Amino acid sequence: MSISARSSASKPLELVCPAGNLPSLKTAVDHGADSVYIGFRDDTNARHFPGLNFDAKTAAQGVQYAHAKGRRVFVALNTFPQPSGWERWQRAVDHAAELGVDAVIAADISVLDYAGRRYPNLPLHLSVQGSATNYEAIRFYHEQFGIRRVVLPRVLSLPQVRHVLENSPVGIEVFGFGGLCIMVEGRCLLSSYVTGESPNMCGVCSPAKAVRWEETPRGLETRLGGLLIDRYAPGEPAGYPTLCKGRFEVADQTYYAIEEPTSLNTLELLPELQAMGIAAIKIEGRQRSPAYVTQVTKVWRAAIDACWRNPAAYAPKPEWQRELGKVSEGHQTTLGAYHRTWQ
Amino acid sequence: MTERQPKLALGPVLYYWPQEKLLDFYERMSATPVDIIYLGETVCSKRRAFNADEWLELAERLSAAGKEVVLSTMALLEAESELKTLRRLCENGRFTVEANDMGAVRLLSERKAPFVLGTGINVYSDQTLRFLTGLGAKRWVMPVELSRATLASIQAGRPAGVETEVFVYGRLPLAYSARCFTARHHDLPKDDCQYRCLDYPEGLTLSTREGQAFLALNGIQTQSAQTCNLLPELAELRELNVDVLRLSPQPEGMETVVEAFAACLRGERDPVETARALNAGLPYGACDGYWQGQPGLRQIQAAEPLNRS
Repeated sequence: MSISARSSASKPLELVCPAGNLPSLKTAVDHGADSVYIGFRDDTNARHFPGLNFDAKTAAQGVQYAHAKGRRVFVALNTFPQPSGWERWQRAVDHAAELGVDAVIAADISVLDYAGRRYPNLPLHLSVQGSATNYEAIRFYHEQFGIRRVVLPRVLSLPQVRHVLENSPVGIEVFGFGGLCIMVEGRCLLSSYVTGESPNMCGVCSPAKAVRWEETPRGLETRLGGLLIDRYAPGEPAGYPTLCKGRFEVADQTYYAIEEPTSLNTLELLPELQAMGIAAIKIEGRQRSPAYVTQVTKVWRAAIDACWRNPAAYAPKPEWQRELGKVSEGHQTTLGAYHRTWQ
Repeated sequence: MTERQPKLALGPVLYYWPQEKLLDFYERMSATPVDIIYLGETVCSKRRAFNADEWLELAERLSAAGKEVVLSTMALLEAESELKTLRRLCENGRFTVEANDMGAVRLLSERKAPFVLGTGINVYSDQTLRFLTGLGAKRWVMPVELSRATLASIQAGRPAGVETEVFVYGRLPLAYSARCFTARHHDLPKDDCQYRCLDYPEGLTLSTREGQAFLALNGIQTQSAQTCNLLPELAELRELNVDVLRLSPQPEGMETVVEAFAACLRGERDPVETARALNAGLPYGACDGYWQGQPGLRQIQAAEPLNRS
């Protein structure tokens, strides 16, 4: 079936951009984000990094700024509360509702249940942390909590995404650009295995406090929780020691045994994503700088608009790819799981 | 007040073992004192040692041998063919099913069939447990990264009638991916993996460049290289009213492991001493860090150093 014959898109793809602070939110709005997603300053979200995220004041300012320009704000409350911390998540849901945000992005059943019962008019999106990789799971969250959208984990090929979409009761948001989780989100415990802190429990992966950088006679070494994640030859660009992106030994071979340090970039898939009826494209990177948000938002706004105007003539411009390459991890990008051969 | 004796469960085999090996394994396991046996392929749908009918046949045999049998379902469901198998298992009408994905929870709750929440379902609080109990969950397996302190607070708020199971022995399932790391190691595409997992009956060990083994690659699943062993915690597991202790199958010496736990439960052997003897035979040492609220790979109780060779 040709792309045009399949096209069910009635409007351009919604561009959902990350903001780790107020300047990022403003620049995302200024450069064409349709929606911005944020988190509060605690472990209720999966980017619980020091110095990042929104307090009551900046969150209110951010929502006001975005709404004044007709854009939406989503709040990520996408970690899994344990009994001792439950009140924090409850307060976070209350806070999001009071702010008048446009959606809460959640993963945990108790959070979805609470938000849905207490604030029936507050739209709920299922976070990527909810690990819904198939339409039966999506139907579960829709039936139980009335979710209006699902963010798919970065593990499905394009045909698989299409199949999910055709059977999904709610709109689909996919990751378009940014850091690449190779594991199914919400089901990866590698970080806590080595550091004691995981995205699910603490909102962090490979946390900075467990990282050590050491110049040694063998080269620059990066460690996480004491384990050697990578070692760089002089002049070799060094990256943050995310656990799954290190060079390890398996049966006497040393290589990126799990994943290379690389970013997801689906710019070239836009016509297909638009044609199949994807609702929104998500940009990863709440932990990144306002400069990153500016650059990535600009490029994606231009690309989405170009693709909407004329999908048949659409091709990613080399300068777009160059700009995105500059802000990509390891300065490399991949189509990730969308392209079957990557798997 | 006497505490109830926890039951012993054998988790699903997480590796790809050929049919004969699986048959032999379950034949031997049926003669051990395990009370519950979880059966089924939970990691990769390309592994076809048994089809659904053959799993059900095996389930009947083990059930006839006096075991409680539970059918385990896949953790990562992507293809329609995988959903078909899932439906088949959920509709079996005879055996309880362990859900490892919310898709399975949906199908099982729709059928009003009591089910088990496997390690693939994120139950991090008693609120979540209560919600899922309302849908028909009769047992939950605690996520392996949770600590005894968290378990204690969940148990305090646990709804009536639901059993708690803890993963107490084996290599911990830590992550699932779209990518097959075993195929990647052999430079093969996942679609043409040539079933290389068959060559690694307990996964492919991953070490740092300093030779410190810490993970095991098992197809699309990543496990701990260290073996979780909570046998020394038996008294506390009992105090916390844990109903079921899960032992995760390893290719060698599983009878010894089952017998060790059973003997300690009967009070015939000392858990700490027995654990030490078991741990001495482990290739990369034991770990209990998660239980202690620490990084999972640490060994706190009955400390054995991590094998660095």
